[in-house]
Amino acid sequence: MSLLAFCEWLANTPASIALHESTWAYPVIESVHVLTLCLFLGTAVMLDLRLVGIAMQKVPVSEIYERLLPWTIAGFAVMVISGALLFYGIPVRTYQNIFFRVKVVLLLLAGLNALVFHSTVYRKIAEWDREPVPPRRARISGALSLLFWTCIVIAGRMIAYNWFDKPA
Amino acid sequence: MLLSFFQWCEGSGVGEAIRASTWLFPVIESLHLLGLAVIGGAILIVDLRLMGFGLRRQPVRQVAEYAQPWLIGSLIVMLASGSLLFTSEAIKCYYHDAFWMKMSSLSLAILFTFTVRRRVTRAPEDRIGPGWSRTVALVSLALWSGVGIGGRWIGFS
Repeated sequence: MSLLAFCEWLANTPASIALHESTWAYPVIESVHVLTLCLFLGTAVMLDLRLVGIAMQKVPVSEIYERLLPWTIAGFAVMVISGALLFYGIPVRTYQNIFFRVKVVLLLLAGLNALVFHSTVYRKIAEWDREPVPPRRARISGALSLLFWTCIVIAGRMIAYNWFDKPA
Repeated sequence: MLLSFFQWCEGSGVGEAIRASTWLFPVIESLHLLGLAVIGGAILIVDLRLMGFGLRRQPVRQVAEYAQPWLIGSLIVMLASGSLLFTSEAIKCYYHDAFWMKMSSLSLAILFTFTVRRRVTRAPEDRIGPGWSRTVALVSLALWSGVGIGGRWIGFS
């Protein structure tokens, strides 16, 4: 089954139709998705700014990591669930939307960046935990994360517009 | 009186330019959303700390000091981008309850943040009881949530 066929199948499930036609559910989920940016991205940005070396310079990086990351992860869980529901309500159109596709690629890049950071520089955190400005590789990770998430927010917002949609 | 000010905003060159452009509104709105993430982070780390969560190994005062430049910076971005968005649809805003709810919450949130909350975060920690700190954090979160929810609701008409 192609992805498009899968999306068409999704679109015809009763719950997807109900979500699509709902007066309140869709806007409420959308609001949750947007406002959880504060929790998820707000805390992630603080960590990234610390990695870049321009915020909370006197706080050990590991402390910010340990104390804020649970909140970031909780926010991320809400983002994933609400985002999946938003997709589920309008699967075919979203799948074909260029900004959605860009967003998915950027999400993968952001995930890859986090994975690389975690499995390389962060392993030697003890060596640079208290440095006001972390080593170059950590700064690059932080900056890339800020860049990817900035683009993800913009791409996400643009999914709502249909400039490049194929006429039905 | 107020309505004629809103009409003037909507009819201004800036409002017209934003309406005439395909890209301008979404681009400014994206900027508004990026500001939302930063202001959310700057407010949350302090309110979480006041409630005994997050960076609790640091003194409240210290966390508030770290957050301050990001709070002010993102607030400026929010006010600037928000004003531009408003200008392009001022009359719709005038008749939209969500807009007035947002503006009321915003005024209260700014007032509260730069008076009560500021004093509490700067006071010596042994002078502020945990119950009081928690209340201040909850009021702050409630007011700023009101701004966010009101803002999102302006888009639904």
